[in-house]
Amino acid sequence: MRSGVIAKKMGMTRLFMEDGKQIPVTVLLLDNLQVVSNRTVEKDGYTAVQLGAGTAKAKRTSKAMRGHFAAAKVAPKRKIAEFRVSEDNLIGVGEEISADHYVEGQKVDVSGTSIGKGFAGAMKRHNFGGLRATHGVSISHRSHGSTGQCQDPGKVFKGKKMAGHMGAARVTTQNLEVVRTDADRGLIMVKGAVPGSKGGWVTIKDAVKKKLPEGVPFPAALKSAAVAEAPAEEQAEGSSEE
Amino acid sequence: MNLIAELEAEQIAALGKDIPDFKAGDTIRVGYKVTEGTRTRVQNYEGVCIARKGGSGIAAAFTVRKISFGEGVERVFPLHSTNIDSITVVRRGRVRRAKLYYLRSRRGKSARIAEDTNYKPKSK
Repeated sequence: MRSGVIAKKMGMTRLFMEDGKQIPVTVLLLDNLQVVSNRTVEKDGYTAVQLGAGTAKAKRTSKAMRGHFAAAKVAPKRKIAEFRVSEDNLIGVGEEISADHYVEGQKVDVSGTSIGKGFAGAMKRHNFGGLRATHGVSISHRSHGSTGQCQDPGKVFKGKKMAGHMGAARVTTQNLEVVRTDADRGLIMVKGAVPGSKGGWVTIKDAVKKKLPEGVPFPAALKSAAVAEAPAEEQAEGSSEE
Repeated sequence: MNLIAELEAEQIAALGKDIPDFKAGDTIRVGYKVTEGTRTRVQNYEGVCIARKGGSGIAAAFTVRKISFGEGVERVFPLHSTNIDSITVVRRGRVRRAKLYYLRSRRGKSARIAEDTNYKPKSK
């Protein structure tokens, strides 16, 4: 199991493909995504990588967190999340993850905090039908109607769908297709909608219900690896000229 | 410019479409790519543009209305669709509305649009 990433939801747009299809995509940005810390079996009893994304002002970061970032030698981060990984997929502290972490056509699960709807009625919250517009219905056109039986059982069952707080909850959308990635700008374009509002933070993971495609980088696509590769190629070219 | 607007502008430039200047009231001919099995051919659809929406952004679309065998037909095309082979302006119309939905309830003589004889292309 390899690490996921933290991304910022930038908004939605559409892509026109060569075959005439148009695909609605959500643009997700990897903003200074770095490994802040590692969790190991010896120290913590499980293995995970802790990632940080975005930039936070040092003076608005608590002293404890400043110390934590300083230990990793990274700038203060806006958002922190942990991803459980297998032991061989741990990533070195301070490494920066690039958008090549996902390959085109791959399925991913995206989690985020959905947009809050406040106290919502049963029609909006549970898709109830409401009451009739006429035929003697008075004032309660959007109410939920009956909530149970009679003297027996004499109570409303637990879990009965009723009006209440809606949204602002953690939601995962599964099996979204990665349509395009842009490593230079750190963009991942995912087909369809993801939870949350624009500017909100989401986490992207490999889909749990789909097989990983081939060519996915392990343990992660790192920016340091990409930089190391480029000079190596230049050297190879130089030696061939000689 | 925010990131989404930037991406959309880039995509419009990458698609490299030559979109003529037209507005509601103009009669236009749209060459639309149709795939039959493995063969792709271009089908022309000619009629009055009765609405444009979405400006010139990536999500822009326009509606073309024509009378086909006595029956009104309307088609909505995405302006930047890769399925659109060409858009040609056949006739410039002079109208006083941006959306010509009133044409739906009219037929024959009253559904005509006067020609704009002194059309001037917008200088860029």
